[in-house]
Amino acid sequence: MTPSPDATSESVETNPHVAALEQACGPLESSVYRGQQRVVLPADQAFAALSLLKDRGFDLLVDVSCVDYLEYRGAKHRYGLVYLLAGTGGTERLTVRVLVDDPEPTVASVVPLWEAANWLEREVWDLFGIRFTGHPDLRRLVMPEEFTAHPLRKDYPLQGRGERHNFPVITRDHS
Amino acid sequence: MALNQPLPSTGTPQLELPENVVVSRLDELASWCRKNSLWPMPFATACCGIELMATGAAKHDLARFGAEVFRFSPRQCDLMIVAGRVVMKMLPVLQRIWQQMHEPKWCISMGACASTGGVFDTYAVVQGIDRFIPVDMYVPGCPPRPEQLIQAIIDLQDKIQREGTINGREFNTRQRQDRKRALVESPLPLTLDASRNPNIQRQLSGSVTSARR
Repeated sequence: MTPSPDATSESVETNPHVAALEQACGPLESSVYRGQQRVVLPADQAFAALSLLKDRGFDLLVDVSCVDYLEYRGAKHRYGLVYLLAGTGGTERLTVRVLVDDPEPTVASVVPLWEAANWLEREVWDLFGIRFTGHPDLRRLVMPEEFTAHPLRKDYPLQGRGERHNFPVITRDHS
Repeated sequence: MALNQPLPSTGTPQLELPENVVVSRLDELASWCRKNSLWPMPFATACCGIELMATGAAKHDLARFGAEVFRFSPRQCDLMIVAGRVVMKMLPVLQRIWQQMHEPKWCISMGACASTGGVFDTYAVVQGIDRFIPVDMYVPGCPPRPEQLIQAIIDLQDKIQREGTINGREFNTRQRQDRKRALVESPLPLTLDASRNPNIQRQLSGSVTSARR
């Protein structure tokens, strides 16, 4: 990734990557927090925009995670997917957020772009129930296969719904 | 009655025992052998496992109590030490390993997490392994000191000597068949007790309540 050509242009509007995204997708919500650029992408154009970012040098997908904004003050959407991007050719980083909603929160998988997204998206599917279309193997990652809920959603009780104690009991008689 | 005196009914003389022969019951002999050759199966899933290793290592030296032969195959073990929290995915593994161990076998639940779930009262953590497998000894602590684990093993040895039988009849008693529970579960109150928590009180009385939610 080449460093930004003009070192003085560090404001939100002139970030070259955000400018390129806005050229492709239209006006976007973006901000700078503690020197790090953040941008919100529309869910239907997320894959094309992330593909553009990869071509612009963000060849390293650091993390895919998710936030449940249920009852969050001022939130207009239920879930916020967070993609942390970095480039191996430089020090620039970019935080990309994609907002999705109930029912059936769905977004295009980025496994075709970054192979690292495979398990990261499986974890988000497991814990938040976000569906990734085009994912090669969307199974649960951390919870048992027979689990039916998505436990990191805010409307899921902390102590579960009794799944943790739904096992056969072995007494001295059985063993 | 002295051994060399004839029995009053039959009149046959009793066998005179040499001085180096000790008479005992077979049950006690079997228990004596078993209690001094416990082979632990370390089921260590968390930080208690580190204390378990310390117990077996040179400073605390579990070998002094005849239980130093840690084996990682359940086929060779007769004492399962569950050290650490057990989650939903691990519990079927735990049960399977327990069933693969040969009789007679015992189980020590080491630490707060294995016994009750500890601080991990969440959707995936089993709240006490004694809900699903039989447990003979509970060791409190987070994690317990090696001395506590050694004390539990000594107590278990006492228990084996006291009630052990050569064919394992003690495991067939009604008390052993029942599920044993370390703690009796009481239902959680649905409303929070504000008088006990100053944070809640502050929220209820101040303007914080209207700002939140």
